[in-house]
Amino acid sequence: MSLTTLERPSLQAPPAAKRKGRLFGALLVVSTGLAIVVLLTLLVDLFLDGANRITPSFLTNYPSRFPERAGIRSSLLGTVWLMGLTGLITIVVGVATAIYLEEFAPRNRITRAIETNIANLAGVPSIIYGLLGLGVFVRGINMGRVLLAGAMTLSLLVLPIVIIASREALRAVPEGIRQGALALGATEWESVRRQVLPAALPGVMTGTILALSRAIGETAPLITLGAFTFVAFDPTPLSSFTAMPIQILNWVVRPQDEFARIAAAASLVLLVVLLTMNAIAIVLRNRYRKEW
Amino acid sequence: MTGSPPDHRTTGVSGPGGSPVPGPSLGHRRRPVERGIRIFLATCGVLSILITAGIIATLAFEAVEFFRQVPIWGFLTGTKWSALIQPKTYGVLPLVTGTLMIAGLSALVGVPLGVGTAIYLSEYARPRVRNTLKPILEILAGVPTVVLGYFALTFVTPVVIRWLFPGTGFYNSLSAGVVVGVMIVPIIASVSEDAMTAVPRALREGAYGLGAGRMTVATRVVVPAALSGIMASIILGLSRAIGETMIVAIAAGFRPNMCANPLEGCQTLTGFIVEASIGDTPQTSIDFKAIFAVGVVLFLMTLVLNVASQRLVRRYRQVY
Repeated sequence: MSLTTLERPSLQAPPAAKRKGRLFGALLVVSTGLAIVVLLTLLVDLFLDGANRITPSFLTNYPSRFPERAGIRSSLLGTVWLMGLTGLITIVVGVATAIYLEEFAPRNRITRAIETNIANLAGVPSIIYGLLGLGVFVRGINMGRVLLAGAMTLSLLVLPIVIIASREALRAVPEGIRQGALALGATEWESVRRQVLPAALPGVMTGTILALSRAIGETAPLITLGAFTFVAFDPTPLSSFTAMPIQILNWVVRPQDEFARIAAAASLVLLVVLLTMNAIAIVLRNRYRKEW
Repeated sequence: MTGSPPDHRTTGVSGPGGSPVPGPSLGHRRRPVERGIRIFLATCGVLSILITAGIIATLAFEAVEFFRQVPIWGFLTGTKWSALIQPKTYGVLPLVTGTLMIAGLSALVGVPLGVGTAIYLSEYARPRVRNTLKPILEILAGVPTVVLGYFALTFVTPVVIRWLFPGTGFYNSLSAGVVVGVMIVPIIASVSEDAMTAVPRALREGAYGLGAGRMTVATRVVVPAALSGIMASIILGLSRAIGETMIVAIAAGFRPNMCANPLEGCQTLTGFIVEASIGDTPQTSIDFKAIFAVGVVLFLMTLVLNVASQRLVRRYRQVY
């Protein structure tokens, strides 16, 4: 080996390492893409199975033993009622809790316990909330298997989501706003109600809509309450009820192919409602996002 | 109160005669409304504790009733579960193994896909790609599980699973496990990605400066630095998989099954609760109490995982 053939050390990675790096990158793209492919497959599958079943009479008919006559009227109304009531309860209780924790609560052990507790509640499986609703609302205070009990159960389920989102929105309001209000003679509550809360409202609304879009698809807790029934009337808050996901389950578990098709159609309707809600949340988030 | 400074609210203003004029009373105004509101807010704050207490009390109350009739040791170690069909036996192990099988299968799918997605989003994707992909993953996370169950039963089982393993039953754990795995991808990906984004830039740049490539930086620097967050995301995903109900109830069937063959159907803890709730179970019967006993097992399993996950998340937050 002579001196002249001495090579400079290459700064390039050796080809084997380069190939490995490229393979790794490709694997990552595949793993990311796979989830999206599944989502697309799901949407296409639903569309092919159910799109031609979505007709005006499908929306206005009650469920039926005959798949060609069955519709989603009672379950759609049930879902609208459920979402309205759940939204009302959650927004009042959730925002109040968030305001308390962010603006008024003393920094002590009890407050920390509440915070840890909320984080833990967010991880409890939804079906356990169903058991809670069954034990407390349906039987404990003897409401029976009514729509209001379902709405209250769903509220408890999504409460942690609203609390966490609202707290973040409140925290993002700068301290100067509060102090300005207090300096002008507002009481603490006036400063929160007139200044802080309006400023945090877009974040609060976004959190609430996302919470509702979770609640709208929840099946298990309602089934545990005993909502797996045949409802051929317009549900009211104090009647027995059904909801879109329950109606879908009801049709999915039947062996006939025709019922599977209307299950797909109902799933499509549910997904459209969901996507609309998500879109509203995203628009709210982007339009009212404030830079302080 | 001697020695305390003069009250600033009533001093500093002098009337024409030199005598102090009382200012507007700012301090000691009674505000009953304000107090009422504060009490209401605090009550709502405490409500969350009441929810937890309610969950524990409800589960415990009915479960204790159940264990008065069924010996607890037999419940925990029994290998045959037949709560709704005579002769009744209450051995919870088949439900637990069914649950663990679904969770295990979902982890096989969800963990590599979720962590891979997180690495891609955090280390490889350009901002524009990331901003398009994340909402899509959010949509996937928002698909109602009953719809995913429909997908598992009418597409994954007949088209995918039966193509790979002809002769597989209509209800099988594999299909349910795979779809649950896809369901937990967004959770694992988003929590892992948060952990990876929290890794300081300087660590990456140090590695690049030493001549490392992208893959080396991702696997030797970012992933180890974010490991506790990644582990937390995986545990969180597993806890979701264990608590997942509709996919399993629809696609895995309702037959408690001790055997470990994923091509057969099985019943999970959640699946049993659904089966018992769909049927017309009288509310005083032992079947009804069995729901709550199974609920206790489910609650404890997920609680342990959730607490572990939170501990891990807190740890990586403290490091940086």
